[in-house]
Amino acid sequence: MNDMSPTREERVEKLKGLGSSRKRVEDARFTQGKGNYVDDVKLPGMLHGDFVRSPYAHARVKSINIDAAMALPGVIAVLTAKDLEPLSLHWMPTLAGDKQMVLADGKVLFQGQEVAFVVAEDRYIAADACELVEVDYEELPVIVDPFEALESDTVLREDLEAGADGAHGPRKHHNHIFLWEEGEKEATEQVIDSAEVVAEEMVYYHRTHPCPLETCGSVASMDKVNGKLTLWGTFQAPHVVRTVASLLSGIEEHNIRVISPDIGGGFGNKVGVYPGYVCSIVASIVTGQPVKWIEDRMDNLMATAFARDYWMKGKISATKEGKITGLHCHVTADHGAFDACADPTKFPAGFFHICTGSYDIPVAYVGVDGVYTNKAPGGVAYRCSFRVTEAAYFIERMIEVLAMELNMDAAELRRINFIKKDQFPYQSALGWEFDSGDYHTAWDKALDAVDYAGLRKEQEERVAAFKRGETRKLLGIGLTHFTEIVGAGPVKNCDILGMGMFDSCEIRIHPTGSAVARLGTISQGQGHATTFAQILASETGIPADSITIEEGDTDTAPYGLGTYGSRSTPVAGAATAMAGRKIRAKAQMIAAYLLEVHDNDLEWDVDRFVVKGAPERFKTMAEIAYAAYNQAIPGVEPGLEAVSYYDPPNMTYPFGAYVCVMEIDVDTGEHEIRQFYALDDCGTRINPMVIEGQVHGGLTEALAIAMGQEIAYDKLGNVKTGTLMDFFLPTAWETPNYTTDFTETPSPHHPIGAKGVGESPNVGGVPAFSNAVHDAFRAFGLRQSHMPHDHWRIWKTANDLGLHG
Amino acid sequence: MIPPAFEYHRPQDVASAVQILAEQGDEARCLAGGHSLIPMMKLRMAAVEHLVDLQDIAEMQGITTESGTIRIGAMVTQHELITSDALASAAPIIREAALQIADPQVRYMGTVGGNVANGDPGNDMPGLMQALDATFHLHGPDGARDVAAREFFEAAYMTAREDEEILTAITFAPHAKGYAYEKQKRKIGDYATAAAAVLIEKDGMVAGNATVAMTNLSDTPVFSEAAGAALTGTSCDAHAMKAAIDAMLNDIDPTEDNRGPVEFKRHVAGVILSRAISRAWDRA
Amino acid sequence: MSKMHIKLTVNGKEEELLAEPRELLIYVLRERLNLTGPHVGCETSHCGACTVEMNGKSVKSCTVLAAQANGAEITTIEGLGTPDELHVLQKMFKEHHGLQCGYCTPGMITRAHRLLQENPNPSEEEVRFGMAGNLCRCTGYQNIVKSIMAAAAEMNSAKEAAE
Repeated sequence: MNDMSPTREERVEKLKGLGSSRKRVEDARFTQGKGNYVDDVKLPGMLHGDFVRSPYAHARVKSINIDAAMALPGVIAVLTAKDLEPLSLHWMPTLAGDKQMVLADGKVLFQGQEVAFVVAEDRYIAADACELVEVDYEELPVIVDPFEALESDTVLREDLEAGADGAHGPRKHHNHIFLWEEGEKEATEQVIDSAEVVAEEMVYYHRTHPCPLETCGSVASMDKVNGKLTLWGTFQAPHVVRTVASLLSGIEEHNIRVISPDIGGGFGNKVGVYPGYVCSIVASIVTGQPVKWIEDRMDNLMATAFARDYWMKGKISATKEGKITGLHCHVTADHGAFDACADPTKFPAGFFHICTGSYDIPVAYVGVDGVYTNKAPGGVAYRCSFRVTEAAYFIERMIEVLAMELNMDAAELRRINFIKKDQFPYQSALGWEFDSGDYHTAWDKALDAVDYAGLRKEQEERVAAFKRGETRKLLGIGLTHFTEIVGAGPVKNCDILGMGMFDSCEIRIHPTGSAVARLGTISQGQGHATTFAQILASETGIPADSITIEEGDTDTAPYGLGTYGSRSTPVAGAATAMAGRKIRAKAQMIAAYLLEVHDNDLEWDVDRFVVKGAPERFKTMAEIAYAAYNQAIPGVEPGLEAVSYYDPPNMTYPFGAYVCVMEIDVDTGEHEIRQFYALDDCGTRINPMVIEGQVHGGLTEALAIAMGQEIAYDKLGNVKTGTLMDFFLPTAWETPNYTTDFTETPSPHHPIGAKGVGESPNVGGVPAFSNAVHDAFRAFGLRQSHMPHDHWRIWKTANDLGLHG
Repeated sequence: MIPPAFEYHRPQDVASAVQILAEQGDEARCLAGGHSLIPMMKLRMAAVEHLVDLQDIAEMQGITTESGTIRIGAMVTQHELITSDALASAAPIIREAALQIADPQVRYMGTVGGNVANGDPGNDMPGLMQALDATFHLHGPDGARDVAAREFFEAAYMTAREDEEILTAITFAPHAKGYAYEKQKRKIGDYATAAAAVLIEKDGMVAGNATVAMTNLSDTPVFSEAAGAALTGTSCDAHAMKAAIDAMLNDIDPTEDNRGPVEFKRHVAGVILSRAISRAWDRA
Repeated sequence: MSKMHIKLTVNGKEEELLAEPRELLIYVLRERLNLTGPHVGCETSHCGACTVEMNGKSVKSCTVLAAQANGAEITTIEGLGTPDELHVLQKMFKEHHGLQCGYCTPGMITRAHRLLQENPNPSEEEVRFGMAGNLCRCTGYQNIVKSIMAAAAEMNSAKEAAE
């Protein structure tokens, strides 16, 4: 007892705490095919549900005849809006203060909309029966363009009272949802009107979709004997789903158990509540049997939540020397048929007003008009924090356009406008308090790493060679310096359906010194079971390998708001650290008793409390844990448990500097990523291996979005990109290798200084890829061409610039 | 996505398969690798009452390269095309093209017969077979007959094959020394935005016989006789190249889709053809 | 439609069942044989999450009919390695962080297994080309490629040591 070995270094090593590239504990299951995803749930007597969906984007539903379907052996029920109406479940509230049809109530408003729900003994019969449901439609005029929607006489949402306010204030037209504004409009306009240099551009961030490899689904099981409903599903926010399910169904919340099993990727797609979830619950209540609903890939791309679709009209002003003086932005936001954006309630355009980016801009204004069209509802944060990708893309495009206007190098323009290190905490013109940053250091490191000057020289030579007819390839250097805003958020202004956006952690230390911790968030593949154990290891001195992390079961985990907006580490991670500190505080009292000293005479050292000045006298956390259960300590309750609900005082502001070097074939529109350098600063780094993996993945999603991925509609509202043939997900062949790098600027307000990283590479990656395309054509005068930069669009850009002779 | 129900047949020889087709008429479809048909059935865009699985028919298997003729059984998979050394030496353009089809898993299942008999203008083998001047061997209730690849394709999904006939094998002669299969696509697994098969036989210092066929640029593959003719007798220089491209552009009729508008496809068709000609000429 | 008698050898074990011919191999494996390792991702043979090995070929089992598979020998992720002795690919995917959400992983590893059977010493380019029938949304492939290259190296050195 109390010998001095192992050494301090060995003890630190053994913890696998903060900073350790600990291998993932999840992988043993996943690599052996023993994951447990929602479609793996199999219950006795389980039925299968499937949807009859609208082939039309806008039509009146005149009649639905279910007789033939019901006559098919094995069909148990066919639900329509009429069946749901007595339960008041034919419509449901959206996260954005609007409401959405669960099943078509009189009309359909987008292609793929849910019309009837067939319940059958197996998935084969359900699919057959869907074909037998006869729906009589009367086609109505279709609007797929938000600008046209605001001019059109066609009323899309007949259910909304004309002239009445919406959830976010007055509606100026029957297809208008809200106008949301931030900043100083008049002051900004004044600055821009009198500025030396102004750049103006329309920047479109096209409609796309998170498209996780696993689609959405649920299994509802109503136990009529005990009155308990169990719901398994692809939920990025299981606790909120429980609350919503209770409010909608009238079943008391303690009688509902929601379980998010393993999630096969979410990326925002699994934040919302979908008609399939509601219908599986109703069908289970009606039939008394478990009902499974798993959407197919076309359903997923057509009907569950899309992302982006923002038309951003910008004006940016500067002095002749390039000091930015003001930023003005008006967005026309296409929300589709229902406003089902997944944003904190008070932010109908999310955190779009982070769009001043990494720059010290004295005055700014943002106005966002939300608009209804005949497209699928949604507007989720696809690997981003609430419209932050749109904001980052907007400002990083505007900077490039301004650099052209000023005839200035875009890297230099950024440098002279960065918020300086000593300005943090920095108050942005649009109301945010940036917690910490050191942009210049990151920027210089990035530019040095890629030999920026050398690249520019090479590019110049390439342009000359191109003009001489010696090559048909151009070289693009895509720059981005992004600032994110993640970790929503402070309960005083962030809520979802009234639930404050705190998160939680509950820890139990077992007598023999191992532990279980349950969190209110849920992993969608990021490896929480690995990394949250590392936070606790550093806080409590219990090795990460001896800590089990559990999430996703609302009967056992404390309430939390879930995983999206890179909030798990900033919020749940903070809760975990704080709960660990509570454990340590109690442990200190126990150690003091055991060592017969005053609390204040002890200091914490890796995995133990040591008597100050007497390093040979200590109690390890394992010893303390045992004592907590077997000794009667005066004034201290037995056991060693803690719970923390963490309400973050502020968001966190991760940032990064990315450089993409791209070759573009002017004749075919093909591209090749020659180099991609990504420097991320996510504050304190919990697990470098996991961070690097997040960056690789996020960059690849960014590559997809920038270079080809879109949800496209024709004029009749037909989805043109409903399978993975046409919806671009790059394979290993189209994906480059990335070089990752970092600086580390801790968040001053987060308990361990961590900021979150999962979404940074998507937020910063898209402008880096897109700017590379634009930059390749800069010498030929290109200011703006809209994403996705697929072959034909790049070709068209070249063609419009007269580069095809 | 679930296919509708059907009766399943797995005949052991061509005669039995033909008999099923003859009995069931247009309610029957042949199943080769299934990687075109099964997705269509799952999307409920193809209704099939009787599915005739050809996997057990030995006479439709195998690659032979004897006595100046290459014979490929219709059930030979793309994977087998790629891994056949005999084929690689007798007709290397086949491997070059097959490697550009779909992805590894699909190539293990997808067959050359399915690829041509389906009549999908997006498939790569039809144009290639036209360039090779291949012969398709069909078996029907009235016996066997041969149809030239260049005569086989009538419109999208419409071919010279009758409903009760089966395409059992493909034959062609070893091809010219100069060859290239060039394809632009959006990603692995995609059909061509434009693809070109080019074969050039060198005659002294100039091109002798040259053939050109294009893929996914019309409702059928396009064998452009004029494009080939424009190369013959030339050194495939810029002038000849331009003449060949102009001739080819007269023969194609692309339509707009997610890969791009017509104007773009025509441009890319020209670029792809010029690259294929250059590569074939270098090898000739 | 009538059901048919189907015989399969799955992971070395003979299985017999009655199935409609239209049933898809992926659902036969997942729902009848409870082998839930392979997953359904795209349903149109693009994503490879459903990849299994059938008669020595990597196939997308969402696009194979139960009837077509009759008589076949099939290996799924559950047939590669055991909890006590993981397959080297399983070890290397963990070692090199070649997975995140895990949904594509069984298909990835099963496909990589066949790739290395056919090409025991692939270049990075050959790995990328050979794995192009499997989509991953989380990892960006970089660490998957690394895992497979490492597994190849490990398998080769084990083979050398044995010789």
